[in-house]
Amino acid sequence: MFSWDLLANAVVAGLLLGGFYAAVSLGISLIFGLLDIANIAQPAFVIVGSYAAYVLHDAYGFDPILTGILLTPVFYLLGALVYRIYYASFERRGDEALRGLVFFFGLLFIIEVSLSIKYGVDYRLVQTGYLSRSIDLGGVGIAFRYLVPCLIGVAMTAALYLFLGRTFYGRAIMAVSQDQAALRLMGADPIHIKTIAFGIGIAAASLAGALLISIAPVIPSTDRDYIGRMFAITVLGGMGSIAGTLVAAMILGVVESLMATFFGPSWSLAVSFGILLAALAVRPAGLFGR
Amino acid sequence: MGRTVPALLVGLAVIAAGIVLALVRVNPYFYFAGYVILQFVVIATAWNILGGYGGYVNFGTPAFFALGAYTAVVLIRSLKAPLPVLIVAGGLVAALLGLGIGYLTLRLRGVFFSIATLALSVVLQTIIMNWEYVGGSRGLSILRPSGPPFGNYGVFLFTVMLGLAVVAVMTARFIERSWIGRGLAALRDNEEAAECMGVPTLRLKLFATTVSGFLLGVAGAPFPYYVTFIEPNSAFALDYAVNALAMPMIGGTTSWIGPIIGAVLLGTAQQVAIVTISSELNLLIVGVVLVGFVVVAPEGILGLVRRLRTR
Repeated sequence: MFSWDLLANAVVAGLLLGGFYAAVSLGISLIFGLLDIANIAQPAFVIVGSYAAYVLHDAYGFDPILTGILLTPVFYLLGALVYRIYYASFERRGDEALRGLVFFFGLLFIIEVSLSIKYGVDYRLVQTGYLSRSIDLGGVGIAFRYLVPCLIGVAMTAALYLFLGRTFYGRAIMAVSQDQAALRLMGADPIHIKTIAFGIGIAAASLAGALLISIAPVIPSTDRDYIGRMFAITVLGGMGSIAGTLVAAMILGVVESLMATFFGPSWSLAVSFGILLAALAVRPAGLFGR
Repeated sequence: MGRTVPALLVGLAVIAAGIVLALVRVNPYFYFAGYVILQFVVIATAWNILGGYGGYVNFGTPAFFALGAYTAVVLIRSLKAPLPVLIVAGGLVAALLGLGIGYLTLRLRGVFFSIATLALSVVLQTIIMNWEYVGGSRGLSILRPSGPPFGNYGVFLFTVMLGLAVVAVMTARFIERSWIGRGLAALRDNEEAAECMGVPTLRLKLFATTVSGFLLGVAGAPFPYYVTFIEPNSAFALDYAVNALAMPMIGGTTSWIGPIIGAVLLGTAQQVAIVTISSELNLLIVGVVLVGFVVVAPEGILGLVRRLRTR
């Protein structure tokens, strides 16, 4: 007997999860989609955000999401620094493709190992009063633990969308992704603009990490589960399209949730890989591709 | 091909030296650590055939390695198959996966190819974790066969891995010096241009991914007997992916000797670090050395030597 209740619950849970996935993927959408920098260390920065929220919550009882927001300037500077190293070592020499990729892979590994040396491989979770509540809407349960991250994810998407479309620096980032040489001719420094964009991408990881550790327990190697998801969302959404990122994240969330409900949670990881392959095979430009 | 015969002789001499070493019976830890280093020679050499010669960065080394290991587990459980059969079968199954990712290169190039191989590793691990016959996520104990040559199974595995390392390096050297190696170098530098010049890029890529996959599977096949307890987290460890690319990068990716230099240096350093410091810190060293090399010396040790010579 097919249960409509189960289906409705799965779809709602998927949409909520999708909003959170959008928060996680915005950074890579900006860095990989727009700047074309294959930063596969992005999920590791998200995990750093998670552990920062965990440590500050554990020591001083700080709210995880507030911590995530307050730490964005620190992550921004970290991102700017990483980009400068990347630029000086690879982009300027013109061999960013292969060695740049290896650089970020090494960075991912260093972050992961450092975290497991410092904090061990125990699962960590941050629980707060308001996040453990839930509401019931006609048989469909909505946990605040998922609702809050989803809403923040949607808000982050909207903020980034407005920033890129309406502000001077946002438009400059769009310009640098389209034609770097032309931007230089207009008197703007593309490296400066890219540093800002990369910094914002990493800053997004701070908040995404805080959301992640509020939703589910985190270990240092959790980052690997998100590599496939992030890139699947970015490609499906259409490289660099911010609205596309949100839609693709929702699709991935719903498909994963349906898989988990009807086939078992251990298969949901395979979904992102399947979507990534399908998107690249059928429509490489993505849903909202340019 | 004039230098093939001397190279074969050197290879045989290395194997003979290994057998002598096995008969002499030094400290057992030597064979234990030596096995790991030789295993990394095979892995690094195999990775380099695709990554160094062809320019396709494979992050999915653990998938191929573990596929070889788990093929061996299935054959041990079902047929009690002897080690040579395990090695060939493990290699063939991994080669099949290699052929598969070879066809993937039709659609996925550069970064996308690398991400797909990484995701592949995650998916394969998920499947193994759900497969109870091979131990699932809890793992499985493997009994070593009794009465091995040299009277000790660890010593025997050491000589087997030495033989595999010689075969892997010979294969890489042969590919590098034949038209296949030149074709791969051409498509590494510019795939479109190579295609236009009549280089059969697809066939070359399929060849490289298949051979690379085969050798990675071969490296993994004796793994169940080496560890005697196999579980997905150790067979699919990200360490293999990082080491597989760190070692050629450190040694130098354009020559067969680069992965050997990298594997021996980094492998030995790790073995020393495991004993003297801690097993997690030794992984950190690998990561830092890898990033340091790609930033400061992108051509690896071979590149540094070449630069010193021309000066």
